[in-house]
Amino acid sequence: MPTDTKVDVKESDILAAGYQVSHSKSPVFYDKYERKDELQHQTHYCPGCGHGIAHKLIAEALGDLGLQDKTIFVSPVGCSVFAYYYFDVGNVQMAHGRAPAGATGIKRACPDKIVISYQGDGDLAAIGTAEIIHAANRGEKITVFFVNNAIYGMTGGQMAPTTLVGQKSTTSPFGRRSSNEGFPLHMAELISTLEAPVYVERVALSDNKNVMKARKAVRRALEIQRDGIGFSFVEILSPCPTIWAKDPIEARKWVAETMVPNFPLNVFKDKKHEPVENAVVPQRPVPEVLEIAARESTPIAELPKHVHHFKEFEIKIAGFGGQGVLLLGQLLTEMGMREGLEVSWLPSYGPEMRSGSAHCHVCLSKDRIGSPLISHPDVLVALNEVSLRKFASQVAPGGLVLYNRDRLPADFPLPQARIICLPASEIADKLGSTKAANIVMLGALLEETECLLAATAEGVLKTKIKRVAMMEVNRKALAAGREFIDNYVRVGAVSQPDGFAY
Amino acid sequence: MAGPARGNILISTEECKGCGLCVESCPPECLELLPELNAYGVHPARYTGDGCTGCGICFYCCPEPGAITVYRLSPPFKPIVEGDSHAAAL
Repeated sequence: MPTDTKVDVKESDILAAGYQVSHSKSPVFYDKYERKDELQHQTHYCPGCGHGIAHKLIAEALGDLGLQDKTIFVSPVGCSVFAYYYFDVGNVQMAHGRAPAGATGIKRACPDKIVISYQGDGDLAAIGTAEIIHAANRGEKITVFFVNNAIYGMTGGQMAPTTLVGQKSTTSPFGRRSSNEGFPLHMAELISTLEAPVYVERVALSDNKNVMKARKAVRRALEIQRDGIGFSFVEILSPCPTIWAKDPIEARKWVAETMVPNFPLNVFKDKKHEPVENAVVPQRPVPEVLEIAARESTPIAELPKHVHHFKEFEIKIAGFGGQGVLLLGQLLTEMGMREGLEVSWLPSYGPEMRSGSAHCHVCLSKDRIGSPLISHPDVLVALNEVSLRKFASQVAPGGLVLYNRDRLPADFPLPQARIICLPASEIADKLGSTKAANIVMLGALLEETECLLAATAEGVLKTKIKRVAMMEVNRKALAAGREFIDNYVRVGAVSQPDGFAY
Repeated sequence: MAGPARGNILISTEECKGCGLCVESCPPECLELLPELNAYGVHPARYTGDGCTGCGICFYCCPEPGAITVYRLSPPFKPIVEGDSHAAAL
């Protein structure tokens, strides 16, 4: 037995004897960890835990490569959730499994930073499978360290996707059966099959030699990110003495003897740097994208000035999908915008593109709009009977209903609003396209309420409709709608609540 | 062996959790666990005082960031390849 006096050896004695420090705590670690009062000099990991070794290897590499000041470390959920207590770098802690997604955002926002995602197997291979696969597949220029101990550690030893066949856990007490729980996921192999990842390696903290290999792999992965080459992934097989119910030395042996044969150590991918294609998205000015360049030749100033006789004008348009319900709403909002109004458009439709019921709310206002939802519209454009029956009672007293038929249904109760019946679909048919019924309605709406200018409508239609023939139909439809209100209505086609013609 | 050992080790008794991985991994087998308990009730590791080569294996196998400090007789030699392995690979 050595004498106790040697416990009291001081660093100054060693240095005085002609020694120099060759390995010591990395400056990438905090001096003191801001955790529980009495334990600020120790990590929270169990004795013999692989996380501590992985942390040390990463910290040393960051220090040696001079990356400490530009590193952002993304902690996972799991035992290593507290990594931010230890690494003196930028730290973010992500929701369970989402570290690669968070790292993606950080790296894209700060492309000159070194972004590290550090995850366990329950985090990366179970709840976060989608995140890691897609981050890898996109070739995000981040580094992922995947600590695989074949079990859920922090939550108490449940079976993980990486649990070995036959391995007992609290949720597989008779051992994992491949017939029931499947086979362990081999993440490094899985990721190496993808096109984008640059570097994929699996290492093990199983013995001295493999720890040193892991050290090299950690460096290589960080160098790849430093050089901006691409996605790097290092899977680290790591002991969990507590959950495996082994002492730290047995646990290390278990990694070597049981895990490594199941998870072979290898460099699965190490692509040479290939020049990346230009990632800059071509920028086009907004008018060009919206194809409203034509508008510049006829600026708003040249349009006749229109006085809006309302503070807020609310329109509800309803029909079945395919009648141009939503398009009519969009046209109105764009017209409103061009006339300098505040506008909103709130669509509501089912999953069907055609034949389902659809409606939209349009609000035109001189002030800012509080809510795009309209409870009592000033105008209801009902393109079919179902819509009329459903929404007519909502129209504000004294409001207007434009109904797409020549007469009201016989049993329809007279509502509190004026109703104008115009057979827009028939009119559009005669003009050559049933699809233009919504534009006939638009013409009638503009002529009747004078909420917006017909000239603006033509300007907007010009930017929306590419085919000359179709544009002609729409121009006629707009005119026909206006004409209907101007002439035909007077003859007595309007039903009034009081039974008299308008 | 003539003269002092090439390496030396200092282990923080309070930071050590007594897992014994350094004792297991030390190639010249010059580390041991103390029979005494430290303040947290574990047997901390310690250098026997003889035979350290300064290889640093115990440092990398120890899970605590600052528990082990390894020293070498100056001028230090480095059996482990340091520096830029990526650049070397290219």
